[in-house]
Amino acid sequence: MQVILIFLSAVLVNNFVMSRFLGICPFLGVSKKVETAFGMGVAVTFVMALASAVTFLVYNFILVKLEITYLYNIAFILIIAGLVQLVEMYLKKSSPTLYQALGIYLPLITTNCAVLGVTVLNMENYSDSFLTSVVHGVGAAVGFTLAIVLFAGIRERMEHNNIPAAFKGFPIALITAGLMSIAFLGFTGLIRL
Amino acid sequence: MILERIRNGIIDENPTFIQVVGMCPVLAVTTTASNAIGMGLATTAVLTCSNVVISLIRKLIPDEVRIPCYVVVIASFVTVVQFLLEGFLPALNNALGIFIPLIVVNCIILARAEAYANKHGALESCFDGIGMGLGFTAALLIIGCVRELLGAGALFGQTVLPEAFPRTVVMILPPGAFLTLGFLMAGLGVLKNKISKGRG
Repeated sequence: MQVILIFLSAVLVNNFVMSRFLGICPFLGVSKKVETAFGMGVAVTFVMALASAVTFLVYNFILVKLEITYLYNIAFILIIAGLVQLVEMYLKKSSPTLYQALGIYLPLITTNCAVLGVTVLNMENYSDSFLTSVVHGVGAAVGFTLAIVLFAGIRERMEHNNIPAAFKGFPIALITAGLMSIAFLGFTGLIRL
Repeated sequence: MILERIRNGIIDENPTFIQVVGMCPVLAVTTTASNAIGMGLATTAVLTCSNVVISLIRKLIPDEVRIPCYVVVIASFVTVVQFLLEGFLPALNNALGIFIPLIVVNCIILARAEAYANKHGALESCFDGIGMGLGFTAALLIIGCVRELLGAGALFGQTVLPEAFPRTVVMILPPGAFLTLGFLMAGLGVLKNKISKGRG
């Protein structure tokens, strides 16, 4: 039960994009089309689930054992960079179409702060349970996908709207995101952990 | 050269308003003006140090593995800054929370390493780092002031607006960050057009 609550709270209440401000760069950069937004969401989900699992094991069985937990930041970012490289090589072999569709955004997942963010949050809050860490990682990624796909849907519609010249481009995108964020505020207090 | 680099970072290529990179901390930690300055200066310190070191070792790193090398240099400096903040400014460290370790993935730092420090000498890279860092700090400070003033009626924790003035609490909640930045960027766009028209 606790695990389901953690999942739901990561998706809705503490949505990574809308209330924690993690992963804003791909959120603004890869949200012009619903399709690419969804592809990005899937790739991020995959990397985040793997990263949550691997960093949990490395933190508890290497860093804690050797008493070098202060090196967590360097260790985590290297793990994530390695994982992204692996995912890239795997996709290139197994599914060239998805690989082509994601293009430049695949290597950029390394510098997506949502991925490093989820591993640091896991270490701070859930370093005692492997299952909770992974569930929190997947929940956060699903929340990211939800936000970016919804946002891309709105932006596709906005292409044809008559927007004041000063607000074209980033300003209107940010204001749209602000209004979405107000909507997500409605989930506050839904789940108490 | 020095002034040119610093001007470039603050105005011509301002990382937040012109390049629009490294947006997560810009939105997340600007609930008060003092948090904004703290985050800005911490990032400036990491950016300047990593620019200098990367510029010094740029000829030793093989081209294929340069990005992982940069990341390790940056992550080391972030760890140092985190320890300094924990030791000397614990309140600020708590307020900034997870965004201190996340300086590692701030795109500005990697972007400057790749676009500037990789190709220039240590001294120039140092001032490039200071300029970009100050530009980032200035942007954070402006957004922080607007949000704190409208949301809490205060600046740097001191109440400045009279009690009768209504507080718009949403400004210090997450949506306020998106709205403030959206309106500021629209305003700056108009200003820039006016200036270029005036010159033309």
